[in-house]
Amino acid sequence: MTARLELVCPAGTPAGLRTAVEAGAHSVYCGYRDETNARNFPGLNFDRAEMTDAVRFTHDRGARILIALNTFMRAGATDLWKRGVDDAVAAGADALILADVGLVDYARRTHPRQRLHLSVQAAAATPEAIAFYRDRFGIARVVLPRVLTVEEIARLTSHAAPCETEVFVFGGLCVMAEGRCMLSSYATGKSPNMTGVCSPPSHVTYRDKGDALVACVGGFTVERFEKGEPAGYPTLCKGRFAAQGAVSHLFEDPVSLNAVELLPRLASVGVTAFKIEGRQRGRAYVATVVRAFRRAIDALATGGRIDFDELRALTEGQRDTVGAYKKAWR
Amino acid sequence: MTTERLSLTLGPVFYNWPVARWIDFYNRIADEAPVDRVCLGEVVCSKRKPFLDEAILVTVDRLERGGKEVVYATLALPTGKREIRDISDMIQAGYAIEANDMATVHLLAGREHAVGPFLNIYNEDALALHVRLGASRVCLPPELPLESIALLAQARNVVEVFAFGRPPLALSARCYSARSAGMAKDSCQFVCENDRDGMEVTTIDGTPFLSVNGIQTLGYTVTAATHQVGELKDAGVVSLRLSPQSCDMVRVAQIFRSLADGHMTPKEANEGLHVLGLPGPLSDGFLRGLPGCTAEAD
Repeated sequence: MTARLELVCPAGTPAGLRTAVEAGAHSVYCGYRDETNARNFPGLNFDRAEMTDAVRFTHDRGARILIALNTFMRAGATDLWKRGVDDAVAAGADALILADVGLVDYARRTHPRQRLHLSVQAAAATPEAIAFYRDRFGIARVVLPRVLTVEEIARLTSHAAPCETEVFVFGGLCVMAEGRCMLSSYATGKSPNMTGVCSPPSHVTYRDKGDALVACVGGFTVERFEKGEPAGYPTLCKGRFAAQGAVSHLFEDPVSLNAVELLPRLASVGVTAFKIEGRQRGRAYVATVVRAFRRAIDALATGGRIDFDELRALTEGQRDTVGAYKKAWR
Repeated sequence: MTTERLSLTLGPVFYNWPVARWIDFYNRIADEAPVDRVCLGEVVCSKRKPFLDEAILVTVDRLERGGKEVVYATLALPTGKREIRDISDMIQAGYAIEANDMATVHLLAGREHAVGPFLNIYNEDALALHVRLGASRVCLPPELPLESIALLAQARNVVEVFAFGRPPLALSARCYSARSAGMAKDSCQFVCENDRDGMEVTTIDGTPFLSVNGIQTLGYTVTAATHQVGELKDAGVVSLRLSPQSCDMVRVAQIFRSLADGHMTPKEANEGLHVLGLPGPLSDGFLRGLPGCTAEAD
């Protein structure tokens, strides 16, 4: 392992971006305040002026900024996304993170020298799918789905070259193939692909049932919390449902991803970048997680010892998982 | 406006039907269903494929003699080398292909093909790119609203719309049929074979919500674009996709044929569908830009 490892950190707001950079992020990723990015939540994201400032701030400190335009363009309104691409290039983005093949094509034709990354929302999870984007559009890096095993990541990484791979190591876990899920739009009419939201707060309701709190998304009951039990956010695929007479977390337990113990393996198979999910998270959380992961990555690069306990403590009191990376599902 | 006749495409069977049932189903389609083309092939789980391979050879011949164009639909979420090789073999063998993921589009290398409802084609630019890559018929993702469909259909004469059947909503590396039976994917014992229209999933208070079919999740409701057929036709949509459920699909095809030809009203069509013992209520919310599970009242 000789290549430099890159820690890619979430920046939901200008203040969050400064926090992540100061905590040691090699790169930050962020998006414009509209439906062009997959974290289209009120109070998050950057306007044009803020983005220009963010680029300057990030570059002044020797870090990189990746601008995500990773929803799918709406028919008849593609200019919104294309203008986003043009503005991100003009602002000085180090890379654009794109999902829509039409937008990738536009970005490549219009800005031939701009570095492009393929968003996890494009769901490129085979050597052939990656080759499609690499060979036709010169995609420089692909963000891999969170549902692959380490063996699969190793194989994809070797086939993808010279295209780099980036994997999620911490934060929320999507169990469905990213960018290919319409559960949210089936229940609420709002979807990750089209509107940049999943199980949106505007469609979440809580009902007090005396001994329990019931959480609904689009009117469908998704979770029931006993009195005193901490009430997590009701995401559709992490809800409790009934099938074959049994109630369970049918799709995924409400856990978050923490692949810290796999960092050495992932680095040794040639993964270039480790990504932390959570543009919607608070600054204190981001600072703590970024600092801990930066120390771990520095230790990896220099052959030093990784303090796994510190990283495990980040999810203390919560349930976490290495997800599919260890092949527990097979 | 177009005066072209809307064609009907029978999509691939998503569910793990026993081979005998599968063969009977297609024999009847070959002889009786007024569909123009039929997509065959295992789209959801490659573990089921060996059971179908032989049946497919016999069925292709029967369907072609019945005057149907036959298209081979590929796996929606291929992962392993073997799965990719199978797709590659079908392409090399010269079959008409319907691509359901980008690896297949890559392997097709510009050869003419169809595109199934699993590719993210949401706008005129993505559609134009796929047409340049050889797509000659494109079934759009089921969540697209009519407004978007109309723009795409006006731009290119290749658009097919998911018009009947439980809408495919998600794919996962994990098998939920196996998980809910307490089994791992690799030793699943094909539990998905028990559910002809997928395994019903309800909320904890008993409201039907979804249907699980191995690694695939579908809606509980049954898409029926009956009220929209006129608008789809006017917009230049070339084909309607009927996705097989365990109900009488010959009758479903007859209803959509009559509807498309103006011999039946949407209300009559819905009444005709209602009596077929569908696995869930009818819905058309996606087309109307609303939650997919909802339906316009007749």
